[in-house]
Amino acid sequence: METLIDIKNLRVDFALRSGTVRAVRDVSLSINKGERLGIVGESGAGKSVLGFSIINLISKPGKITDGEIIFKGHDISKYSYDQMRKIRGNRISMIFQDPMMTLNPVLTIGTQMMETVLAHMDVSKKEAEKICLEKLTKVYIPSPEKRLSQYPHEFSGGMRQRIVIAISLLTSPNLIIADEPTTALDVTIQAEIMDLLLELCKTENMGLILITHDLAVVSEVTQRIAVLYAGKVVELGLSEQIINNPQHPYTQGLIQALPQMAGGKKRLNQIPGMMPSLLDMPKGCPFEPRCTICIERCKQEIPILKELESGTQVACFMRNGANKR
Amino acid sequence: MFAFAVKRILQAIMVMLIISCIGFAIKHNFGDPVRDLVGQRVTPTERAEIRERLGLNDPFMVQYARFLGDAVQGDLGQSYFFKKPASEVILKKAPATLELVLCSAFIITFLSVPLGIYAAIKPQKWFSRFIMGSSIIGVSMPVFLTAILLIYVFAVELHWLPSYGRGKTVCIFGWWDSGLLTLDGLKHLIMPSIALSSIMLPLFIRLIRSEMMEVLESEYVKYAWAKGLKPRRVWWVHAFKNTLLPVITVGGVQLGIMVAFTILTETVFQWQGMGSMFIESVERSDTSLMVAYLVFVGLIFVLVNTAVDIIYGLVNPTIRVAGRK
Amino acid sequence: MRTRWQRFKQSYMLYNFLRDPVAITSFIILAFLVFTSFAAPIIAPHDPYDSSTIDIMDAQMAPAWIDGGSSEFLLGTDAQGRDMLSTMLYGMRVSILIGVGAVCLQAFIGIIVGLLSGYVRRLDNILMRFADVQLSFSTYMVAIFIGAIVQTMFGVAGYDRVAVPLLIVIIGLAEWPQYARTVRASVLAERKKEYVEAARVIGLSRIRIMLRHILPNTLSPVLVISTVQVANAIMSEAALSFLGLGMPITKPSLGSLITAGFEYIFSGSWWITIFPGILLVSLILVINLLGDWVRDFLNPKLYKG
Repeated sequence: METLIDIKNLRVDFALRSGTVRAVRDVSLSINKGERLGIVGESGAGKSVLGFSIINLISKPGKITDGEIIFKGHDISKYSYDQMRKIRGNRISMIFQDPMMTLNPVLTIGTQMMETVLAHMDVSKKEAEKICLEKLTKVYIPSPEKRLSQYPHEFSGGMRQRIVIAISLLTSPNLIIADEPTTALDVTIQAEIMDLLLELCKTENMGLILITHDLAVVSEVTQRIAVLYAGKVVELGLSEQIINNPQHPYTQGLIQALPQMAGGKKRLNQIPGMMPSLLDMPKGCPFEPRCTICIERCKQEIPILKELESGTQVACFMRNGANKR
Repeated sequence: MFAFAVKRILQAIMVMLIISCIGFAIKHNFGDPVRDLVGQRVTPTERAEIRERLGLNDPFMVQYARFLGDAVQGDLGQSYFFKKPASEVILKKAPATLELVLCSAFIITFLSVPLGIYAAIKPQKWFSRFIMGSSIIGVSMPVFLTAILLIYVFAVELHWLPSYGRGKTVCIFGWWDSGLLTLDGLKHLIMPSIALSSIMLPLFIRLIRSEMMEVLESEYVKYAWAKGLKPRRVWWVHAFKNTLLPVITVGGVQLGIMVAFTILTETVFQWQGMGSMFIESVERSDTSLMVAYLVFVGLIFVLVNTAVDIIYGLVNPTIRVAGRK
Repeated sequence: MRTRWQRFKQSYMLYNFLRDPVAITSFIILAFLVFTSFAAPIIAPHDPYDSSTIDIMDAQMAPAWIDGGSSEFLLGTDAQGRDMLSTMLYGMRVSILIGVGAVCLQAFIGIIVGLLSGYVRRLDNILMRFADVQLSFSTYMVAIFIGAIVQTMFGVAGYDRVAVPLLIVIIGLAEWPQYARTVRASVLAERKKEYVEAARVIGLSRIRIMLRHILPNTLSPVLVISTVQVANAIMSEAALSFLGLGMPITKPSLGSLITAGFEYIFSGSWWITIFPGILLVSLILVINLLGDWVRDFLNPKLYKG
């Protein structure tokens, strides 16, 4: 398989007044062409920052301070603004969380679609319009010709997210980063949008990074899953493996917390405690304060990601033979 | 859109009714229409006769209705000092004030937009800091003081510009005395219009900057960056268009308020416009002229506000297309 | 138990304040200006209100460091022979008094109207329409109109005795809508919150909910606009005085001092206008800078439009 994007030891820091916050800690991930990867974690785990850092669009005062992002043989994390601009929305496009906020309220759908095409492709306006219509049809927007002159407020949330997906398809990118694309939508529409995304990735052979906190959703869409905790990948492996046989106590906790796992009990399962503040990280394993199986060593050292026999990689001293001395 | 416009116009008429009612109440209680007509040297019996003939002993509402009827036809009473219809006096003075306001509005628009936007997109640059620093000094300078300083520096010390009056004017359209067409008139216009714009310019810069910064933080602007658009397009099409909406509402009202500041500017520069006329009418206790000015200025405010609201509706697609929700 | 003072010393507000050199400088200057103006009767070298000490022969004397100046009058004298420095200190006191007084009145009217229209739906439309009309008219204009009417009504006789309270009322009446709209906006935002719902469920009376629960939560936007409003009120007073509708020259404010000096700049006596002008601008500037700091610190969602 050909590697599409290779993230090596990526580190993202936010220089705040109260101190430097490391939101992404030495994350290494790679995605093959046409592969779908899920990034899972609770709020504040650094999922979105990781997603945005790939196209170097972290909100201030965040900055990539170390690591590489190899895309098509080049380290795009070192790209100049103009070089990066030609990647954004062209080779790598993004889908944002809330479709109600993503589209500019004062510009027509047509304008917002056409500008993307014209920014990256050397085509006439006529041809650009043709591309827009074609992609709108692909996301099952009825009578697309009429839609181009309409404004975002004339569409429902689900329709808007379809349009955002259509925009991300415009330039036939190699990779789509979807940051919680269904969280802001009605439950009934969520499945529809996910199915659409899955179908398009398959037919267009696009890579997908799906950022979400919903393990159930990822397992249906992606082939592999990376579990993120406090800015670190704690478990990485095939989706089936992770869902059916989770290794890291945090992943186990996440799966136990799914509503269907509660069974007949009245209360849902939960992971006790809270994620540590990024300003005040424990010295050892970040999950240690909440962990039920931790040992003395967890308090002193940070476990690194090591591969198990099953192929799953996990960062935990208790699970991982290679971490044992 | 149509319903929206009608609603705004009805509101404007309501406001004009309130203003005219206040104006009439002032006139009713403090004015002396008999004196306005015939002067002081009339016997009491003659006065009573005139009062009766003019219908001044009728109930308040009857007199108000009569005042309103006259006002709609452009008759705002008789000026005691000028011995002429008040509306005629005002129309004679209006061009001077309007030209002054127009020039200042011109200065404000063409300076505040680029400066405000620059300060918003490059907040760290020293020039932005300079803009913001001088704008807060500008906000703290009373208009008349700016005017006095201008006169002191450019007229008294440097002798570059004339210190008062309108200079040579040309009569156009038969009644409009314009200072815009002669070099002398333009020279006289420079300092008053700078003084008048000095209070609004910093307000506008600060307004545009803060609105623009807020918009730049929004999701749709972030999305525009993620689409790989050129900075120019993101700033001017995505961000500025959304900045415009609040700037138009607040800004339009402020431009109306500028008429109030003409009173101060005109007094300093002895500019023969409506403002200095008003102050003179206060000194002469010329109630009719005062009330006429109140109604006339009220009309300008209401017209400007209504126009601004309707322009807002035209710019904002959520109103233009669907009507206000 | 920590005392209030200890709590204040450890508060984030003080910490933030001490880290901001502009805020500290502004505060020190403002404190200095307020102190000198209220201590004017003690520290001013002359008494400008006492006509027996004023000699017309001293009129239009230049500041001490210029030829023709005298060390007796540090900043020179005005057209009536009064010491500029003393007159300015007394004038600043009048300006500050009117500014603060007018803002208290505005806040009083505005908070009541804002609470009523935010909490009593039926009154909302009428009160806010009225505030809108007045606001669209610009506070300056309204102040000038009220001032003009008052002057035609009462004439000029005895005006200087009632001038200060009168100006407070005029400016207070002209600028209350700012407060009303701010308070109303935050009342509308607060009343949707759950704690208000909870208070209602407990069965507290409407007045109690309004005063004890909602009012305290509207105070931070009120504080933010208050600082700026004091600056505005001082400016309004100066403008009214400049137009001859404010403080008379016998008991001048900074605004009327500037006016009185205006005609003399043509004959070269610039100090009569420029010094009070600089003082007025510095006073308003430091208040505005402090206002900026307060706004950035509290950062409430202010009502726009």
